[in-house]
Amino acid sequence: MTSLADQLLVLCLLLNFAVLGTSRLAVSVRAVALQGVVLGVLPTLVHPFSWHLVLIVVSIVVAKGAVIPMLIMRAIRKADIEREFQPFIGYIPSLLLGALFTALAFIFAARLPLAPEHEGLLFVPASIATLMCGFLVLMGRRKAISQVIGYLLMENGIFIFGLLLADAMPLMVEAGALLDLLVGIFVMGIVINHISREFSSLDTSRLSALREE
Amino acid sequence: MMWAIVLLPLLGALVAWLIPDDRRRTFVLPLFAFLHLALTLALLLDTPPPSPGGWIFLDPLGKLALICNSVLFAACAAYAVGYLNYRRNRPNRILCSALLVCLSAMTLVAVSQHLGLLWIALEATTITMAPLIYFNHNARSIEATWKYLLICSVGIAIALLGLFFLAYSTIVAKQEVSLLLGSLIGDAARLHPGWRHAAFIFLLVGFGSKMGLAPLHTWKPDAYGEAPGLVGALLAGGLVNCALLGLLRVYQIAAASTEGALFQEVLLGMGLVSMAFAAVFMARQSDFKRMLAYSSVEHVGILAVALGLGKGALYGALLHMINNALTKGVLFLSSGNIHRAYNSKSTNFVRGALRRTPWSGALFLAAFFAITGSPPFGPFVSEFLIVSSAFVQGNYWSGGLFLLFLALIFIGMASTVLPVVMGKIPGDIEKTHYRDTAHTVLPPLVLMGVILMLGVWIPGPLQALLREAAGQLGGGE
Repeated sequence: MTSLADQLLVLCLLLNFAVLGTSRLAVSVRAVALQGVVLGVLPTLVHPFSWHLVLIVVSIVVAKGAVIPMLIMRAIRKADIEREFQPFIGYIPSLLLGALFTALAFIFAARLPLAPEHEGLLFVPASIATLMCGFLVLMGRRKAISQVIGYLLMENGIFIFGLLLADAMPLMVEAGALLDLLVGIFVMGIVINHISREFSSLDTSRLSALREE
Repeated sequence: MMWAIVLLPLLGALVAWLIPDDRRRTFVLPLFAFLHLALTLALLLDTPPPSPGGWIFLDPLGKLALICNSVLFAACAAYAVGYLNYRRNRPNRILCSALLVCLSAMTLVAVSQHLGLLWIALEATTITMAPLIYFNHNARSIEATWKYLLICSVGIAIALLGLFFLAYSTIVAKQEVSLLLGSLIGDAARLHPGWRHAAFIFLLVGFGSKMGLAPLHTWKPDAYGEAPGLVGALLAGGLVNCALLGLLRVYQIAAASTEGALFQEVLLGMGLVSMAFAAVFMARQSDFKRMLAYSSVEHVGILAVALGLGKGALYGALLHMINNALTKGVLFLSSGNIHRAYNSKSTNFVRGALRRTPWSGALFLAAFFAITGSPPFGPFVSEFLIVSSAFVQGNYWSGGLFLLFLALIFIGMASTVLPVVMGKIPGDIEKTHYRDTAHTVLPPLVLMGVILMLGVWIPGPLQALLREAAGQLGGGE
């Protein structure tokens, strides 16, 4: 079972690169959604069965795999854009930096011991690498929607680590965190909508009226 | 009783949402704010025991944050009635509801003893503030909202990872997860050092970006500058206190572990850097609301320095938390009035406020003297306590830099505030129908009275509370 869990974590890492390397927003959204579904399935492989766990799995899959991608796709349709345009950090440099961050994540993770039941799993490096890739997308892209995708990637990275605690954390905390994320994305969707109406573009580099001289 | 104080504002939000009339809806705000304040006072006098499981309990630190936020919110709510009367062109359903939801979340931050619950509440305050900053619905406010939302969401997400690390360190140490404050403090020394160390760093960055410690403060000037005055007051007072409370919880755990000293050094460094940033950017600021944002960066810096010094400075830090929140309330509410009166917040147009809006101008001036640490106001006392503690501890460098930055900031802020208040009213000035009225002047005036009182006399019960809370952080007299 644990080897399957590791393979899924590797899939998560590969999906990071799919997001880093593409300019098509729809592809990025699907990659992040798929990552969310993988995240939802993972805890069943590491923890023994319990209803608590079932509830978490279902809510993660529904929220990350269906609701959030739907919200973002709707924002994309409304704003009528398909691609990222002239990102601050190009796709090839993004991929290289992503590889570098993934390597660093493995070095960092080696210094943090896991509890005996999680020994040998890739949770920590996968979590930190995904977090860093999300950060890279957030910093490197121009479009507001790409930045939201970066934020989601970061959140996925954090959730990967949270899965280690899935059966230990109180349900209320998990549910609360997921609800906050949903509402947050919903509000971001609305703001994106207003940005595209106000500036007739989603280019956040145009949001520069408030710069310090 | 404890749940009542969290749920009451939510009920208010629902009521506000259901009332169809913009004018009548505004009265819901003070109604529920004062109910909340009354309930807060009742809870302070007679604190119920911890809830089963120990998730909800009002300890001295929580009490301080709660009473401070409740008083500030009551002032802002009373002010909102008058303010929204001048903004009848804008629908206020979302504003009123979001304000009350935010009050509920801020209350939950103060009463929660479970760090997971605290995080959820803190994230909720972040999200509910976004529509408030966007109240004016123009290009500039949307830019500010976007920056705020993105930076604070990312910051708070990083804090969540820190919390997960902390929880995992309890698993590694004793095979049983817990994010209850009491048990974390009890086990702090036994937690796995590697995980604990990583957790502290992530939590510091996360809560620090929400507080606006430099260099994580970049969203602040935009959000404070574009938000309506009363929202600015809540951001600079209420939200800063909530994030600070999160940081104080981490501080409690750090102090109980072996890493307290390192954590303090980092805080001291970040605090001084924040003050330096504020000193540089405060000068030649041509927008008086943005200037207030840098003042906020300065004061979270002061708070961080005080926490970094520890010991005797902790009492000063907690007193400063109250002083800063209330003084920021006066500054933002009165600057909001001046903004309305001139329909501009550029110092090129706004001059001679003392003549055009005598009350607001005078309050702005008095609050400027208070916030820069002039006697006889409250912040003078707390800043004096902090800096004297630095010298008592023999930390002359920190104490000296602290005084230097305070002086620079005083000069920088004066060069913006004095022309705004004193200068000569420009001839070709836009006509507006704002005049100082009791509705918009009385709330900041009352706050100013409290600040003056805290400068000359701190009531006995408050002193006792401050001492107990400082004791929680490990700072005896």
